[in-house]
Amino acid sequence: MTQDLTAEPTDVRGPRAFLEVRDLRIHFPTDDGLVKSVDGLSFSLERGRTLGIVGESGSGKSVTSLGLLGLHNRRNAKVSGEIWLDGQDVVGSTPEQVRRMRGRKMAMIFQDPLSSMHPLYSVGAQIIEAYRIHNDVSKEVARKHAIDMLGRVGIPQPDRRVDDYPHQFSGGMRQRAMIAMALACDPELLIADEPTTALDVTVQAQILDLIRDLQEEFDSAVIMITHDLGVVAELSDDILVMYGGRCVEYGSAEDIFHRPEHPYTWGLLGSMPRLDRDRSERLLPIKGSPPSLINVPAGCAFSPRCAYAELNDGRSETERPELREIAPGHRVACHLAKEDRRRIWNDEIRPRL
Amino acid sequence: MRRSIPLVATGLAATLTLAACGGGSGGSGGSSSGDGSFNAGLTRAVNPSTKTGGTLHLANAGDWDNVDPADTYYAFSWNFARFYGRTLMMFKSVPGKDGLQLTPDLAQGPGQHSADLKTWTYKLKPGIKYEDGTPVKAQDIKYDVERTLDKKTFPNGPTYFNDYLDLQGYTSPYNDKTPGKLGLKAVETPDDSTIIFHLKKPFGAFDYFAMQPSTMPVPPAKDTGANYKQHVVATGPYKFENYTPGKSITLVRNTNWDPSTDPNRKQLPDRVEVQLGINADDVDNRLINGSLQSDVQSTGVQAAAAAKIQSQPQLKKNADAAPTARLWYVAVSGDVKPFDNVHCRKAIEYAADKQAMQTAFGGPLSGGDIATHLIMPVLAGSKDMNPYPSGADNHGDIAKAKQELAACGQPNGFKTVISARTERTKEVNAALALQQSLAKVGIQAEIKKFPQGDYFKLYAGKPEYVKKNGLGLMMMAWAADWPEGFGYLSQIVDSRVIREAGNTNLGVKDPEVDKTLDKAVVTADTTARNDLWAQIDAKVMDDAYIVPFLNVKGLMYRPANVKNAFINQGLNGEYDFVQMGVK
Amino acid sequence: MVGGRDARRPPWPGTVVTFLIRRLIAAIALLVIVSMVTFAIFFLVPRLTGASTADLASRYVGKSAGPQAIHEVEVRLGLNKPLAIQYWNFVKGIVVGAHYDFGPSKVYCGPPCFGYSFINQTPVWPDLLDRAPVTLWLAAGAAIIWLLFGVTTGVVSALKRGSAVDRLSMGLALAGVSLPIFFTGLLSLAIFRDKLGWFPNAGTYVGFTQNPIQWASALVLPWVTLAFLQAALYARLTRAGMLETMGEDYIRTARAKGLPERTVIVRHALRATLTPVLTVFGLDLGILLGGAVLTESTFSLPGLGKFAIESINNNDLPRVLGVVMLGAFFIVLANLIVDILYAVIDPRVRLS
Repeated sequence: MTQDLTAEPTDVRGPRAFLEVRDLRIHFPTDDGLVKSVDGLSFSLERGRTLGIVGESGSGKSVTSLGLLGLHNRRNAKVSGEIWLDGQDVVGSTPEQVRRMRGRKMAMIFQDPLSSMHPLYSVGAQIIEAYRIHNDVSKEVARKHAIDMLGRVGIPQPDRRVDDYPHQFSGGMRQRAMIAMALACDPELLIADEPTTALDVTVQAQILDLIRDLQEEFDSAVIMITHDLGVVAELSDDILVMYGGRCVEYGSAEDIFHRPEHPYTWGLLGSMPRLDRDRSERLLPIKGSPPSLINVPAGCAFSPRCAYAELNDGRSETERPELREIAPGHRVACHLAKEDRRRIWNDEIRPRL
Repeated sequence: MRRSIPLVATGLAATLTLAACGGGSGGSGGSSSGDGSFNAGLTRAVNPSTKTGGTLHLANAGDWDNVDPADTYYAFSWNFARFYGRTLMMFKSVPGKDGLQLTPDLAQGPGQHSADLKTWTYKLKPGIKYEDGTPVKAQDIKYDVERTLDKKTFPNGPTYFNDYLDLQGYTSPYNDKTPGKLGLKAVETPDDSTIIFHLKKPFGAFDYFAMQPSTMPVPPAKDTGANYKQHVVATGPYKFENYTPGKSITLVRNTNWDPSTDPNRKQLPDRVEVQLGINADDVDNRLINGSLQSDVQSTGVQAAAAAKIQSQPQLKKNADAAPTARLWYVAVSGDVKPFDNVHCRKAIEYAADKQAMQTAFGGPLSGGDIATHLIMPVLAGSKDMNPYPSGADNHGDIAKAKQELAACGQPNGFKTVISARTERTKEVNAALALQQSLAKVGIQAEIKKFPQGDYFKLYAGKPEYVKKNGLGLMMMAWAADWPEGFGYLSQIVDSRVIREAGNTNLGVKDPEVDKTLDKAVVTADTTARNDLWAQIDAKVMDDAYIVPFLNVKGLMYRPANVKNAFINQGLNGEYDFVQMGVK
Repeated sequence: MVGGRDARRPPWPGTVVTFLIRRLIAAIALLVIVSMVTFAIFFLVPRLTGASTADLASRYVGKSAGPQAIHEVEVRLGLNKPLAIQYWNFVKGIVVGAHYDFGPSKVYCGPPCFGYSFINQTPVWPDLLDRAPVTLWLAAGAAIIWLLFGVTTGVVSALKRGSAVDRLSMGLALAGVSLPIFFTGLLSLAIFRDKLGWFPNAGTYVGFTQNPIQWASALVLPWVTLAFLQAALYARLTRAGMLETMGEDYIRTARAKGLPERTVIVRHALRATLTPVLTVFGLDLGILLGGAVLTESTFSLPGLGKFAIESINNNDLPRVLGVVMLGAFFIVLANLIVDILYAVIDPRVRLS
């Protein structure tokens, strides 16, 4: 616990930022062993700003988002650490307190809008329901609000579409409706978990634009969870790269895209499609597959897949690299010497991206 | 054999149920009191009483074939019909052997016959009335006999009158153009109290025909054909208050019944209520808890209740193992080699493990006694004999069987087929027991099962099929229409009744037997006739066409709260309903 | 795609009226097919296996009836006519009625005439009408009990998965599913009627209008026994459905909105779970209305199921045909109602 805190820019206890996550651990005991989905994650986020959490599937990013909302399965998950949201600790609160916060203070947009909306209730009814839990208003008022929200997320003729059912909407419209539902109570924190993955490419951009516009309008903090660096590239202020349940690199979008220091981040950048390069040169997939969260490799979790692990005199396999600040606001967890990282980035990786 | 009544088998479940409850007896008067003891009902009226009043509760797991006297053949129906109808003759309403005797009911005495046994005359008792007070006339008896002839309208009943009356083309009163619809020349009614039957061939035991419900008077004015069953006009001590097919029958006192004309019936309960379609196992439960007085079907309790009765003395004292006029046997076909040789047939007689076959039917208490010859002890004229003793414990005499096999030229045995009816589990089990005992003498028998509905029409009763498929041994049961030789033997030993299909004589072919039958039929003297039946029995056994193994008994239950309960042997081993009381 | 379960449902046609008309035509066609198949089973198959029409007729005469008597019965029952004519007469009877010869007078059997019983010589249709209410009461009462208990148990079990409550109720459900009615039925009679004397009328049905108290006393045990079996099935069905539904994305969404758990379960999870349960329920009820054979036999209830068994045992073909047709009618009707209800409940069916 302490080793991660040393990497914090400040060691002052208690909440400072609007959202502050400290040493969050979410473990699931199973018959096969302890699944360490999130294992010592810390970050903070202010209102009006966007944090991108990037990682492959199985890196623990979705569990993180569920943990923030207190939606993890309480019966089989072990949660420790702190999640301070606007001065209130989510981890330490009762389920009922967390429930009251959900939807009102923090809301979530899910990946697949079709499966995430109830098929038997109209879109309007689902928004109205979301609004009326936290606001003591009549159905008529709530309905007006729902229509208003649908209008604001760009649904044409919202007063008519309000009574439609999810399956009557197109994919993009559905995601807009989902966003309208999430924003119904004007939440201060909006978590978007792969919000565009299930959508057409053309619609993806519209939805991202919408989230950005709405963020400005509502002045909310946004956490954008994705496996696709391209999605966060334009939207995020800061980016957190997760691997094996831990943060391996954290920095501003500028840092991550132009001065990345972790070999895994390089890999992610290499596998990011770019329109201005040839397909054959462009894609540099990371070899191997993400580690099992039950048996995270000893030492650096990324070492089995890392092309530079042998440069560290065996430390890669034995010692876990700490997350260190290498420049203001830019932290990385890697055994490679600073010079090596700079050299490899500049000489080997960057030219090929 | 009258038609048997199919039931949904729930025996196993009930066994479990009753075992789980460990009894559940002790209802109000169900078993606690009374002067009964096991088998007491075979020899005396248990709980004698002359008190009137109350309701006699009966139940029937199925339904009647018909309550119309012209259209009924079930044994229990003939028993029950005596509540509401009287016939020319009837079985004496007494326990023991005397129940096998016929006694006049409507008639003043037994039928008077001409020398050629072709004309039978009955005189009616005076003063007998219908439930509405109108007098019963001899013409009304004739009318019901006429109805009985109409198989189109009344298909269920027996055909004895069709077969023996000199019909001269008469078919039905409903086609009868003569005034009063009494055009049948074979039956004469010279006056209102005399009825004369003219037969086309001599018959010595006509009183047994006169005992059948066909001689129950029906007033022509009240006849509605097939719908007459909705209100049968009563002459007996009770009349119909209600009959809802499939649901219930209610009888109430017939105030126009005169006990002075009827020494054979009592009129003790005020009402007789019968519930129809009651689950067979539940009927037993209710008998035991005393809410029912008797089971109308009278074929004995189900397996579950039988087990319970045998294990609990306080229940057993209310039970009777009643002998019935029903025999299980194995028919041996002389058409199938090597059974054309009498020694091979005799080998079967000796080899059969009758004890094991009895066990397959539930043992001595609920199955019956081991049979050693064709005419069972409850039939008039039965003479005890055991021509093929099957060893010390009735497990079969292997040495004798091998001797017979050697005499037959098959010292090492042979292969054959046993047929049985699929639906009859006990019959199939008995066939298995037979199969095993035959294996001991080297006879390899294969068991073939057939649906019971078509057993006689398409398989065992069809000689061509039997021959072609080598059904050497056929499982078979037969019950007498009434406990006397003719009603029992004529359809199973007369070689001349063998037809193309639908036979119940599965292979007895002996001219001497046929001759003796003909002689018995025209013998009016009971003793002489009974001797002839016994001769037939001995001859058939000597021919070894039939391997009898079980004289069927029904384990019957009479709750302590039923009065005057006894088994009437004339009624095929059923309780005599018309004697019962509840006070 | 979530809509796997609506895949087999037909698309909702333009208007409700055309939908209904189409379904009605299909239902009638189905009933005709059922009647033909049943007819074939009872009249054609025996002939194919070698029975002559006289053999069939001999089932309905007493022992040792001569060929003349058998022939008369054959003629009277119409067995000697070609099958097609027999079937035509059957259909004609239903539509316009038929005349029967019963001794002294001819009897007219008005439409819908399902013929006369071969055994009892009573018209089939009034008997069916007489029996149907018993089955209806039995099914309705049992349905209420089993829905209430089955669904509740299933929901509680699913929510408390793995707990003692879950294991107990699933154990009971297993018992309910595996124990046959004639066992539980007779057991309940032995205990509650014979031992405890609570329901003296059990096993003796009395019409509601005759005596409502005796009526109820006769029906309570059958209701509970039948419901026990069905509730077990529904508990398992509901539990499985609930477990599946609780894992759905939209349940997570409902929670993310901050809905109280009770609302999540009742409004979101249960609603979705009950949709397929409703389908099964409709079909079950339809089948049951055609006759709860075992329950009726065990408790001696004079309903359609018992009627069917008696008729089959007696080879009483007109009655068998009648009860099969009525049963098929109930099943078709239940199907139709389920389809309509389904459309009401599930918008995807209604509008897709």
